[in-house]
Amino acid sequence: MPPHGSSTAGAELAPEVREAIWRALEEVYDPEIPNLSVVDLGIVRRVAADADGTPVVTITPTYTGCPATQVIALAVRAALDRAGFRHARLETALAPPWTTDWITERGRERLREAGIAPPLQSGGKERFGAPPEVPCPRCGSAETECIAEFGATACKALYRCRGCLEPFEYFKCL
Amino acid sequence: MAAGAELFSYLLRLGDDALILGQRLSELVGRAPEIEEEMALINISLDLIGQARLLLSYAGEVEGAGRDEDDLAYLRDVLDFRNHLLVELPNGDFAHTICRLFLVSAFKEQQYEALARSRDERLAAIAAKALKEVRYHVRHSGAWMVRLGDGTEESHARAQRALDALWMYTGELFTPDALDRAMAEAGVGPDVAALKPGWDERVNAVLREATLRRPEDGWMQSGGKDGRMHTEHLGHILAEMQFLRRAYPDATAW
Ligand SMILES: [Zn+2]
Repeated sequence: MPPHGSSTAGAELAPEVREAIWRALEEVYDPEIPNLSVVDLGIVRRVAADADGTPVVTITPTYTGCPATQVIALAVRAALDRAGFRHARLETALAPPWTTDWITERGRERLREAGIAPPLQSGGKERFGAPPEVPCPRCGSAETECIAEFGATACKALYRCRGCLEPFEYFKCL
Repeated sequence: MAAGAELFSYLLRLGDDALILGQRLSELVGRAPEIEEEMALINISLDLIGQARLLLSYAGEVEGAGRDEDDLAYLRDVLDFRNHLLVELPNGDFAHTICRLFLVSAFKEQQYEALARSRDERLAAIAAKALKEVRYHVRHSGAWMVRLGDGTEESHARAQRALDALWMYTGELFTPDALDRAMAEAGVGPDVAALKPGWDERVNAVLREATLRRPEDGWMQSGGKDGRMHTEHLGHILAEMQFLRRAYPDATAW
């Protein structure tokens, strides 16, 4: 389910307000992945109105222990304030759990631009044991090998390309 | 729905498992055999601390005595902890560290899978989230079990020694007590004995590939999850983990 799709739930929010909020959120970036907005990352689950008509933005964490979660929540709050939505509420939802399938096509492109191989589709389907075969984000070669299942952050694994010999990160399916 | 005091104790069991194992793995900072492995173990540790925070926050709310996740983590003493004995044991050598992580992760995989269907919606949401992370922990530690067991004579011997030493702590995972039964009856938690076949299957498959011998089930240690008798090791972890908070009880920023 794409993040925008769920924004229609509880849709008393005026369309122009909802769009202005989404636009503001598109300028909030993940602190660990340059150019990847929280919208492209798929962690904004909903922009709707509560019973009083107050805008409510719902976000979900990527990993439970991800240190970026709190930084992102602060950045979202600041972006809402800047855009004139000081009264908007920010909520966190755990269910349904975030999946890398919610990363948008633009998000996947941004990951590639940053030299990070985007997750293979359908999170959680990777087989036990062998790490997945991931094409190199630089040269496209399929001749790559997994060096470490956990890279600089929990969400990434470390790979090496046998074609161009460059190491690269792979954004793991979750 | 389960009574508050029971649900509170049950959430402590889950939260303390994650907290204590996360703390154990954090001891590997700067000490793992290679940098990639250090990153992996610390990331796993971080996942566990994240899970502990969600579970202990919820426990604090259920208790309703004004204690938050930090109070529960830093201001309880040994006898109030409800984790399984297996997670509080020292890391030992690398084979021992990995073997424990594998045995616990394979259990958590079964436990969270069942808890994701809990009648308690909040617990189900936490479990569904944690399950995704734990699957990576099983995969990572399982791959190491194979590499060590099916590796050199030395690594095989160490992996087998670790397995033999840890086995007597696996019984507690699958032996239900009154609280487990109450939670199962309320539809909150699984029948822990029913988690065993899934765990056996995962563990046996990995041990087979690792050419390791599954130890015989003998006398099993218990006393962690009911707080009856923790090992002497728990107090030492708490001393390190809780020192700062207890030394500076009024600090508001760290
Ligand atoms: Zn390449």
